[in-house]
Amino acid sequence: MTMADDNAMIRVRELAKGFTLHAQGGIRLGVLEDIDLSVHAGECVVLDAPSGRGKSTLLRALYGTYRVDRGEVLVRHRGALLDLASAPPRLLMEMRRETIGYVSQFLRVIPRVPTLDIVAEPLLERGVNIAEAREKASVLLKALDIPEKLWKLAPATFSGGEQQRVNIARALVADHPILLLDEPTASLDAENRSRVLDLIEARRAKGTAMVGIFHDSASRQAVATRIYPLPERSQAA
Amino acid sequence: MSDGPLLEVRHLTRRYGERYACRDISFELWRGEVLAIVGESGSGKTTLLNAVCGRVTPDRGQVLFYGADDRARDLTALSGVELRRLVRDEIGFVHQNPRDGLRLGFSAGANIGEPIMAAGGRHYGNIRRTAADWLRRVEIDANRIDDLPATFSGGMQQRLQIARALVTKPRLVLMDEPTGGLDVSVQARLLDLMRGLAAELRVAIIIVTHDLGVARLLAHRLIVMQDGRMVENGVTDQVLDDPQHPYTQLLVSSVLAA
Repeated sequence: MTMADDNAMIRVRELAKGFTLHAQGGIRLGVLEDIDLSVHAGECVVLDAPSGRGKSTLLRALYGTYRVDRGEVLVRHRGALLDLASAPPRLLMEMRRETIGYVSQFLRVIPRVPTLDIVAEPLLERGVNIAEAREKASVLLKALDIPEKLWKLAPATFSGGEQQRVNIARALVADHPILLLDEPTASLDAENRSRVLDLIEARRAKGTAMVGIFHDSASRQAVATRIYPLPERSQAA
Repeated sequence: MSDGPLLEVRHLTRRYGERYACRDISFELWRGEVLAIVGESGSGKTTLLNAVCGRVTPDRGQVLFYGADDRARDLTALSGVELRRLVRDEIGFVHQNPRDGLRLGFSAGANIGEPIMAAGGRHYGNIRRTAADWLRRVEIDANRIDDLPATFSGGMQQRLQIARALVTKPRLVLMDEPTGGLDVSVQARLLDLMRGLAAELRVAIIIVTHDLGVARLLAHRLIVMQDGRMVENGVTDQVLDDPQHPYTQLLVSSVLAA
């Protein structure tokens, strides 16, 4: 352990991840190998690699959605570095509630739930009362320019860009000290893209540790403090 | 607020003749958690659910339930009277077919009032007010309080059954395919309702379903069963997005994307 890593928010060590496709004769697809990455508070590390090299796979491994074959994903939770990759379900859920937020590419929610409550939900899960949670949710929806008349509606009929902004509001509302961003600006027009990038940059400046995937170079330049090129695998899968 | 689990199932095994319905099943459940059990017919899901509420006695294993006093009781070792009392006070059950969970000869209000009376409620006015309040919570017009459930639609009957199961504020609710046989739009409404109530009342839910979409939206955690075995156990997106076991991979890849 080096001194510089003592206060890392995320420390990935020798991570390897592949997939076994049982329906196709047990083929092994190796995707990630020997990934070492540390992320500190106030850093925004943008993953860089050609398509198919495993950017999304790494991001999902950092969130615990993908299990890893080898290595550790240490995450600072309640002051201690804990291995998220081997965390039992209950601890993983707690880490997600308190420590790690995730902006996915698509909004996946129960139909019929009003937008304001979808955004407020991560706070309710932490035990914040509903009035305060809705208040914080409305501040973010305003900042993301979602018209107030839509807040009482379920987002199923919203445009792709509006749904994505609801998704971002939901991911930002709980002020997680770590944020994972999977192309948060992909389906946004220029104006909304810059709104979202401003919010992300503000969070980073306040000390949030971030790892993200951004396809357009303008977004990348706006938020990245460091580019992490995914290493090539030593051998073909 | 206690810090331990609400339910601990340990090495639960149940055989019917030579066939294992449940084989060495162990898991834990905490308050406020929604756990889905998925798997095809005959995989042991319903036997497991019935063992958790004492309707099926396992051949081996324990079902430890932590009641309001935080004391562990092994449901497999309780006397008939103790078991009935504990189940009545602490565990609600929602059947796939509302007719199995409702009293069809009683009014909607009486269906909600009966569990309150069984738990010791005596004041008619209070019971009726509570029943009306629960009708509202499950989105049934309170004017229907004196109507028989037979005059309700399938979705309304299911919501009435949920009100009946939750009115006494049990700590655990078991649901066997609660959205089976309902229209998709009605299902969505029911899911929304159940999730809201689970969060509000901090009730733990075990839901048996073969619908992975329902599991994804409703459950925090997922158990996959095949041939009586628990082949996968994890946080919902882990199991659905990175399934490890061949059977889970088959199950996930068989779903038609909507």
